[in-house]
Amino acid sequence: MSNKPSLTPEQELARRSRRAFLVLGAGAATGIAGLQWLHSGTAAEGDIPPALRSVLGFNEGVMRKALFSPDHLAKTYPASAIGQIKVNGTFGIEDELEPAGWGLDVVPFGSAQATARLTMEDIRRLPRFEETFDFKCVEGWSTVTQFAGARLADFTARFAPGSEKAECVGMKTPDEEYYVSVDMPGALHPQTLLAWEMNGAPLNSKHGAPLRLVIPVKYGIKNIKRIGRIEYTNQRPDDYWAERGYDWYAGL
Amino acid sequence: MHVLEQKHKLATRWFHWLNFPLLLLMIVSGMLIYWSYDPYRIGLGGITLFHFFPDWFYNATHVDHKLAWGMALHFLFGWIFALNGLAYVAYTLLSGEWRELLPERASFAEAVQVAKHDLGLRKMGLKIPLPPQTRYNAAQRITYSGIVLMGGFSLLTGLAIYKPVQLNWLTAALGGYEWARWEHFWLTMGYVAFFGIHIAQVIRAGWANFRSMVCGYEVSNVK
Repeated sequence: MSNKPSLTPEQELARRSRRAFLVLGAGAATGIAGLQWLHSGTAAEGDIPPALRSVLGFNEGVMRKALFSPDHLAKTYPASAIGQIKVNGTFGIEDELEPAGWGLDVVPFGSAQATARLTMEDIRRLPRFEETFDFKCVEGWSTVTQFAGARLADFTARFAPGSEKAECVGMKTPDEEYYVSVDMPGALHPQTLLAWEMNGAPLNSKHGAPLRLVIPVKYGIKNIKRIGRIEYTNQRPDDYWAERGYDWYAGL
Repeated sequence: MHVLEQKHKLATRWFHWLNFPLLLLMIVSGMLIYWSYDPYRIGLGGITLFHFFPDWFYNATHVDHKLAWGMALHFLFGWIFALNGLAYVAYTLLSGEWRELLPERASFAEAVQVAKHDLGLRKMGLKIPLPPQTRYNAAQRITYSGIVLMGGFSLLTGLAIYKPVQLNWLTAALGGYEWARWEHFWLTMGYVAFFGIHIAQVIRAGWANFRSMVCGYEVSNVK
């Protein structure tokens, strides 16, 4: 049927080989162009490009829909497992704290400004919970640490009722040098605490006295020290490390 | 007579040539992550023979201070790497090609002979002939099956580090968070070792063999 002159096996191999190497070369060129495209696009200084940011957003969506549950708890440990956690960040707590001047400003959902300024006495009246878990840094290390304080869920119900409807919680240090925001399901997780004790002692200044966030479902970067302001909102509040290229969700 | 013979199926070649750059990207982005906390070493007690990695390595590769980049890239290419690997395993099972890949009962003894032969330790003219070779010899069956198995463990240990709270059962099954990271690292070192041996073997086997992995065919002599 075919009037094509028949090729020798060597000629046929050369023909197939030429075509296959061209496809391989085109594939390699496409791959390199794809990598360059990933690097392209304008990102703020120190941030990752928008294409990679949207991948993190996609991963966040998958994790929130398919994996996250308030019933999934971080593993807890006996007190004998507690290790020596290092001080890994001093942003927002570099100045000496003046305990008398400290207060926690609460901005409930739908409010433009703080409606209350709480003292530690106010917060300590909430039920106290203690947990010993493996605190995980985004760098890759982890240390078993014990914290005690009030559940953020209880805090919200008591001091900002109805704010559970908001999509995010934002927190800042009093000097506003460090700031984080977390999704509401993470914030209301039963192991998420506003902590004032660490390893059986009052929280010291370097670890975030008088009050810090302890959120085992997130990396350490979200566990803000010396909270000065807490805000419930649908507009995702600024997040220090998300501005510097890290995943905003940072969920474990 | 010379005839054209198919050596590797189209699907196999696509899976292989996608996997190669994907694994490379996973290793590189993994290095960007590992740099931030690099505790692993070969040593005992206070004696360290080799630390992963020495300063000269970091200085030469510039993987330092790129953790955020590393994580974003790792969690993008991780999807594609996993999907390509799972598709390969599904294809191999459904097509029946697993029969040519999985080690057989005799493979382990044969692999020793293949290794001796490749290392030049097997004297020519020995009475026992080299076993008949199918598409993959015994050493290849063991190595290629092993590398697929390692890929599966990389995926599992990776997920265990990625979501240690949501997947706490998986993390626990792999020995806990820190062990899962250790396992993930050493699997990667395994790929690096495999890569070195694989490239050496490909060079030894010659151009026709390499070309058959690209175009699928080679010319063989039939009597």
